[in-house]
Amino acid sequence: MVRYMARRVASGVFLLFSISILTFALMFGSTKNVASNLLGESASQEQIAALNHELGLDRPLTTQYLDWLRGALRGDLGKSWTSNVRIGEELQRRLPVTLSIVVVSIALMTVLAALLGIAAAVRGGWLDRVIQVGSVVGFAMPNFWLALLLVIFFAINLRWLPATGYVSITASPQAWAASLVLPVLALAFSGIASASQQVRGAIIDALRQDYVRTLRARGVSRRSILFRHALRNAMPAALTVLSVQFIALLGGAAIIERVFAIPGMGSLTVTSALGGDVPMLMGIVVTLVVLVILVNVAIDVINAWVNPKVRIS
Amino acid sequence: MDEPVLVDCRDVDTFFGTHHVLKRVSLTIRYGETVGLVGESGSGKTTLGRAILGIGPVSSGRILFEGVDIAGVPPRERRGNAAAIQAVFQDPYTSLNPSMTIEDILTEPIVARGMATRAEAATRVRALLDQVALPVDAAGRYPREFSGGQRQRIAIARALGLSPRLIVCDEPVSALDLSTQARVLDLFVEIQERTGVAYLFVSHDLAVVRHISHRVAVMRGGEIVEFGECDQVTARPRHDYTRRLLLAAPVADPDRQAARRAELRAMSMKA
Amino acid sequence: MSEVNSVPLAPPTAPGREHFVRSVLLNPLGLAAVVILVVVVAAAVFAPLLAPFDATAVRIFKVNALPGEGYLLGGDGAGRDILSRLIYGTRNTLLGALTVVVVACAIGVTAGLFAGYYGRRLDLVASWIFDALMALPAIIVLLALYQSLGSSIYLSMVVFGVLLSPGFYRLTRNLVQNVKHELYIDAARVSGLSDLRIMRRHILLVIRAPVVIQIAIVAGVAIVIQAGLEFLGLGDPSVPTWGGMLQDAFQNIYVTPLSLIWPGVAIGLTVMAFVLLANAIRDRMQSGGAAPARAVRREPARSGSSAMAAPADPDIVLDVRDLVVGYPDGGRDREVVTGVSLQLRRGEGLGLVGESGSGKTQTAFAILGLLSPGGRILRGSILFGGRDLAGLPEAGMRELRGRRIAYIPQEPMSNLDPSFRIGFQLVEPMVTVLGISRAEAKARALRLLARVGMPDPERTFRSYPHQISGGMAQRVLIAGAIACNPDLLIADEPTTALDVTVQAEVLDLLRDLQAEFNMSMILVTHNFGVVADICHRVAVMKDGAIVETNEVRELFAKPRHQYTRMLLDAVLEDGDTRAYTPRALPEVA
Repeated sequence: MVRYMARRVASGVFLLFSISILTFALMFGSTKNVASNLLGESASQEQIAALNHELGLDRPLTTQYLDWLRGALRGDLGKSWTSNVRIGEELQRRLPVTLSIVVVSIALMTVLAALLGIAAAVRGGWLDRVIQVGSVVGFAMPNFWLALLLVIFFAINLRWLPATGYVSITASPQAWAASLVLPVLALAFSGIASASQQVRGAIIDALRQDYVRTLRARGVSRRSILFRHALRNAMPAALTVLSVQFIALLGGAAIIERVFAIPGMGSLTVTSALGGDVPMLMGIVVTLVVLVILVNVAIDVINAWVNPKVRIS
Repeated sequence: MDEPVLVDCRDVDTFFGTHHVLKRVSLTIRYGETVGLVGESGSGKTTLGRAILGIGPVSSGRILFEGVDIAGVPPRERRGNAAAIQAVFQDPYTSLNPSMTIEDILTEPIVARGMATRAEAATRVRALLDQVALPVDAAGRYPREFSGGQRQRIAIARALGLSPRLIVCDEPVSALDLSTQARVLDLFVEIQERTGVAYLFVSHDLAVVRHISHRVAVMRGGEIVEFGECDQVTARPRHDYTRRLLLAAPVADPDRQAARRAELRAMSMKA
Repeated sequence: MSEVNSVPLAPPTAPGREHFVRSVLLNPLGLAAVVILVVVVAAAVFAPLLAPFDATAVRIFKVNALPGEGYLLGGDGAGRDILSRLIYGTRNTLLGALTVVVVACAIGVTAGLFAGYYGRRLDLVASWIFDALMALPAIIVLLALYQSLGSSIYLSMVVFGVLLSPGFYRLTRNLVQNVKHELYIDAARVSGLSDLRIMRRHILLVIRAPVVIQIAIVAGVAIVIQAGLEFLGLGDPSVPTWGGMLQDAFQNIYVTPLSLIWPGVAIGLTVMAFVLLANAIRDRMQSGGAAPARAVRREPARSGSSAMAAPADPDIVLDVRDLVVGYPDGGRDREVVTGVSLQLRRGEGLGLVGESGSGKTQTAFAILGLLSPGGRILRGSILFGGRDLAGLPEAGMRELRGRRIAYIPQEPMSNLDPSFRIGFQLVEPMVTVLGISRAEAKARALRLLARVGMPDPERTFRSYPHQISGGMAQRVLIAGAIACNPDLLIADEPTTALDVTVQAEVLDLLRDLQAEFNMSMILVTHNFGVVADICHRVAVMKDGAIVETNEVRELFAKPRHQYTRMLLDAVLEDGDTRAYTPRALPEVA
């Protein structure tokens, strides 16, 4: 088990490095246009060359990467090209904002998907149908469209909740919660849909196993079978859904933050992408990948712990 | 006494990683003969069958087919009569591709070996279905429309397509009902008498093996513990393990069964 | 000579080519989906003919026009006709989706095919690469690479295809790995087919439908994400896109909230059509499978049966009368047990013999109240312990199961929960059924393990199912069955899955236990030898009915029914063995 954990962590680190190299090559490799992007169409050749030199873009790619890497390992991700902020500080400011939205969304999604999935699997009938229809609708509806509809309804018409903005939890917990309601709802909605379908499928599969019949024959209660045995065996599938959703939500947050004007990593990504702020983008990608790897390793470890064949070896 | 032998396995050894699955296995199969291969799970009987077919590994030793060593040679690379070695497997539900028609299934080996074009092979189908007593209109249907016994017949027809000299049968009747079992076994015998094909008949059931074999080999833990004439091995075995196998299989006669039980218990006490 | 296919539960098979498309269209949701998609494609192809106005024509006086003021669906923030832009937008949408799907499919399916088939190192490397791709949040990466890709939305879609290829890879690889070990693949290899031909002929057939389903879903995802990116401002502003229309509507949200609706509905409907199509195909594929497992609520049988609750002879433990069991089939019920009557005395062992489809297992499950989902007792009574089990609700059955009626299944390994220790699985039901403490249950369990012949009960108690052999697992299941000292034991082919030497030991064990606890036993089997070994009486079943019941010796010596005689004749006896005669070398046909 310990060996398994060590292998997963090592694999994650290797993954991080590979992605950083690849992303760096892709982004910094084609920065011929960067300078002209930053300076505008009318920039002269000398201005472009000067900016290139200032930003260090005329050096070979490997040198640039190693420089970046050395800095990153020290915690220094460099400076933004479009504003004068230090990338590390900016990320530090914005990450908690995005995380608060994503974490609350995931929590909400997990609870609801579990409840709905179990209910659909066990009860069937009209509840199952409703959930199935709901999941199709949830999947088909773009979450930002839902966000816009929510804004129109709750913020503009009813004026119950703020349409934009984010209040940090330290300033005022109530305002923080209020500013989160609509974004979280929009973000989580389509995730709940597909996640509950997966949970439903996993529970149905677990209940179809031979040993369920044998347990019933021993006199074990239905509740025990469902919540102890079926749930435990459905866990790996459910955890996989969780990890996939986490990654999807990180991406979806980019659009949602734009709609609600929330100063998080997502909206930073958008402005940097449109503005051509490559080092900032690099920092964002690396940070988010670290996050994803941490979550994936954690989930893998839980899965391995739950599976006796891996735990005992 | 020195008649030509169809298959001659000499000291075949196989490892799965560190697991020694076949330990210096030697046996022979004569032309037109049925050699029964009996054993429990883990005995290596299926592994040996697959090694002869060329779809299982061989770590060392030789498998001579009409004098040519085919050990470790995959079926695609075998030439001549060795290329025609065929198989009938245990599970009638998964040994036929459910998405292919019977005709496609039967013509596949013939076309694969380049022995005929699709069209020519199609005319062979009728003859093959005839050999296994299935109606000609079966050709256009799908496996799911047939019962287990019928599917095994189709599998046998497929095996006959190349006019093989050897068919490796891996528990071909184990998954069938009692009444179907007897009929399919009779079909095996009839085909052998008509075409002269040899069988390596792998099974865990001594009674089945006795019914169809000329000689019987008993395997345990990767080794052949006894190999001899069918009647002797299956009625008056020399090896303790074979005797235990024999006594352990219950017979449909309460009094005789009680006696065998007592004998088996006595054997276990002595061990 | 065509025998009737009597197998009640056909394994799920890949659909035949002929009826596939037709049956998907017969499904109403599938039809609706196809219709919507046809409309969308037609809009894309015939846009210049269908659109009432030029999609990029700006009219100042129509800025944020309401529907009906010349524009059917209203005007956007620049005064352009929303309907026309919707129609032209289909081109962009479909092109983007197509790009994503082609790239993702080409990369993922090809890699999955080879990695799944050849396995080992190729599989390791490929899986690692695709896992890495899956770890990237797609939108973030697309945003980050946007300018590097020349600010082209189509190149972004290509990259998006790459990012979505792991889904296809996983799917294909898993399918191929499942199929790789099927016997028909072995048969193809024995026939000399090359790997490529095997992949082409056999494996592609199997992965066809799941890949098509995945394509539909991926197309849906691609459309939504592409719209999102355009909403954020990526892409060419001069090209009408649905996402861009949403961005425009967003900027005018306080002025004309209505203009939000149309692009959103267009996206939603199109994606929904893809998803419904995928579901329709999936439903078609699973049409041979079982309905999802649900709580089986037993319908009460004739209410009059409770008046006959007490059997005549107090020594009779179980009295089954005219039992009829059926499963719903179309509108009616298909009867798998067609009127079975049997009686069991205390301490007696009854063998229930029959071939597949005879209904012997269904009879056993009916007594236990554990029929597969959908199964019901249609008629008849099962008198046990002063009650009619046929009419007993689930709560009543639960009281009896494990305590008075016990069950031993056929396949030992799949009947133990792999996630829990054996000790726990023995103790848990005892605590529930007997109401004793954990510690007491543990002591009892250890005694039981010893009684069923475990050499090291403590060790087995602590083990997980995957750490013990099949024979040991069956003993564990037997221990569990007798744990609460039941009156009636129902064993469903308990030795069929075991080696013959282990089988003999387990049969010995069952016989001893039956005598010691004075249990009545119903032993379902297809093997007459087992019946001769352990049963006192035997009932022969065929097509859902009992054709003959008798004492064991009587039945073997003088079978009365023709079917019984036929079965006994089919038992291979110690007849003469075959004599070998050397053959002349046969001609190759």
